[in-house]
Amino acid sequence: MAIKPRTLYEKIWDAHVVETRDDGTCLIYIDRHLVHEVTSPQAFEALRVAGRPVRRPDLTLAVPDHNLPTTPRKDAAGHRVPIADPESAQQLAALERNAPDFGIRYIDATAPEQGIVHVVGPEQGFSLPGATIVCGDSHTACHGGLGALAFGIGTSEVEHVLATQTLLLKRSKSMEVRVEGSLAPGVTPKDLILHVIGVIGTAGGTGHVIEYRGKVFEEMSIEGRLTVCNMSIEGGARAGLIAPDETTFAYLKGRPMAPKGAEWDAAVAWWKSLATDPGATFDKSVAINAATIQPTVTWGTSPEDTVAIGGVVPAPESFADPSKQRAAQASLDYMGLTAGMKMTDVEIQNVFIGSCTNSRIEDLRAAAAVIRGRTKAPNVRWAIIVPGSGLVKAQAEAEGLDKIFIAAGIEWREPGCSACLAMNPDKVPAGERCASTSNRNFVGRQGPGARTHLVSPAMAAAAAVTGRLTDVRELV
Amino acid sequence: MQPVSEISGTAYPFGRKNVDTDVIIPAHWLKTVSREGLGKGAFEAIRNEPGNLFDDPAYAGAPILIAGDNFGCGSSREHAAWALLDMGITAVIAPSFSDIFSSNAFKNGILAVVLPQEAVDRLLEVAQTQPISIDLESQTVTTPFQDRFSFEIDPFRKHCLLNGLDEVGLTLTRDAAISTYEQRARNDLPFLARGLAVAG
Ligand code: SF4
Repeated sequence: MAIKPRTLYEKIWDAHVVETRDDGTCLIYIDRHLVHEVTSPQAFEALRVAGRPVRRPDLTLAVPDHNLPTTPRKDAAGHRVPIADPESAQQLAALERNAPDFGIRYIDATAPEQGIVHVVGPEQGFSLPGATIVCGDSHTACHGGLGALAFGIGTSEVEHVLATQTLLLKRSKSMEVRVEGSLAPGVTPKDLILHVIGVIGTAGGTGHVIEYRGKVFEEMSIEGRLTVCNMSIEGGARAGLIAPDETTFAYLKGRPMAPKGAEWDAAVAWWKSLATDPGATFDKSVAINAATIQPTVTWGTSPEDTVAIGGVVPAPESFADPSKQRAAQASLDYMGLTAGMKMTDVEIQNVFIGSCTNSRIEDLRAAAAVIRGRTKAPNVRWAIIVPGSGLVKAQAEAEGLDKIFIAAGIEWREPGCSACLAMNPDKVPAGERCASTSNRNFVGRQGPGARTHLVSPAMAAAAAVTGRLTDVRELV
Repeated sequence: MQPVSEISGTAYPFGRKNVDTDVIIPAHWLKTVSREGLGKGAFEAIRNEPGNLFDDPAYAGAPILIAGDNFGCGSSREHAAWALLDMGITAVIAPSFSDIFSSNAFKNGILAVVLPQEAVDRLLEVAQTQPISIDLESQTVTTPFQDRFSFEIDPFRKHCLLNGLDEVGLTLTRDAAISTYEQRARNDLPFLARGLAVAG
């Protein structure tokens, strides 16, 4: 009898079922657990109170990122600079204590490998194809770019994974986002995923795991795949995946925590077997033609509020759904935009290049290619580039990218989440606009009253040098 | 966790769609190492609007929130559930919830009740003046006007909520099965099973 064709998601799921309950709920084994300082203190505290150990500290990796200031972490004498904000300092101190108390590997704020969890995991080879990966952070979907089943969890689930190395889950539905053709020059993976979210909506993937399929993804670098999968949650899906292939193996080989020797060979053989079988079916399918995708920006306060850079701010009445009309009007009021305005007429006062969506080396190279030989526009008050990790920072400096940024009047910072969610001192002032390579344009996300336009690194760089949202293709 | 069975009382007729967790509790409130006290930051931006629902004395202390589609979308922060609990909300009724929020709500004993939009619209109207009752055992939402709406809930979640069961404790009783899996994984998927060398 032929075996039923399975999707990539189903194969990873099936390989991790510890047991299945009568109602279909499964106890799923978790291979990799990333921990940061914001969503873990209450989980560790609960373990302490109950006297429970961490079951597999060796499958857990802790790194601080959300609260860290992006100013230098050591003074001239090499001493650690204390964090000024007492609450941020307290969260950091909690992780610094909890990691050794529970025997967990900890990457310190001043370590060269420190960075955003979702940049560090792939970079260290901690995140692997076919693995189940969780973190108390919704952008864990990012690691799906390596072909891992990766998703965000809440703090109670963090506690559950720490104590049992498992989660109780129901199998999600599967959704295929098929993108045919190739991206046009100047169009990046960020534009692609913004466009996809614009098409499916922020609830389009709810209850589903998305698999991104098509030639575009086969041609895409790992950096690009991580960007695409990162924003799956913005389309409502808890996880997004791209099948591992030779590009994936080449990226991972030799990374510090990746398998070595015979184990590497066994791993590659298994990873190759994970691709969705011909004839496997998805519960939902969306097809998009890559050639139609333009450099894309957001105009509103939801990631689904996207428009091509050549377009205009939409009129609320143009939406069919009355509640969407109201939401669009509220967005326009908050964003200080009027319907019909050309996106390229929107002036920008702040630029943020960073976040787990776009802070890897390829992103910085794309930004540098636009900025090289140009300077920050006079109306751009604040422009910062925050590399995703210390290793990305070092690589960029080795390539001289930092000099290009600094010469243009753009600040070059220490790694962390920074203005992506403004828990640290990097904030956009109320009423000002920011071209941001992060993933959320929610009300107040980059600071109370801040107005965010989500863009690719190249588009953010273009905005930095022209002072308005700009079609980067006019600059290259 | 406290057992949950019946929740009755005033309900905030909120109704807003796509309420993300940044709206429920903004990021600057996340710098806490405790689960308590987050009610003060709940819906902060909305509370800055004069005459807002959450500061209307008519609804003070309401245990139920009625919301629109896709409630709790966005970040995975469990602080959203803790903030609702801290302001006294133990049930949310909406046409749909984000996956992570509904899981976080459940783990904190908050009932996330999914009802069709028409039923939610009716409850939004009733809640302007009258209390609402949710009965978990019979899976129904009722009003003083004899409205009666049935809702679905995962049987396991229902069992845990009714009995106030701690999920970590429950899973720890499956230790043998987890160990068996780990043994198998060491053979079949050694590259995943091998952990990091851990500091003493
Ligand atoms: S960079 Fe932003 S989205 Fe990514 S983990 Fe940090 S806060 Fe979350």
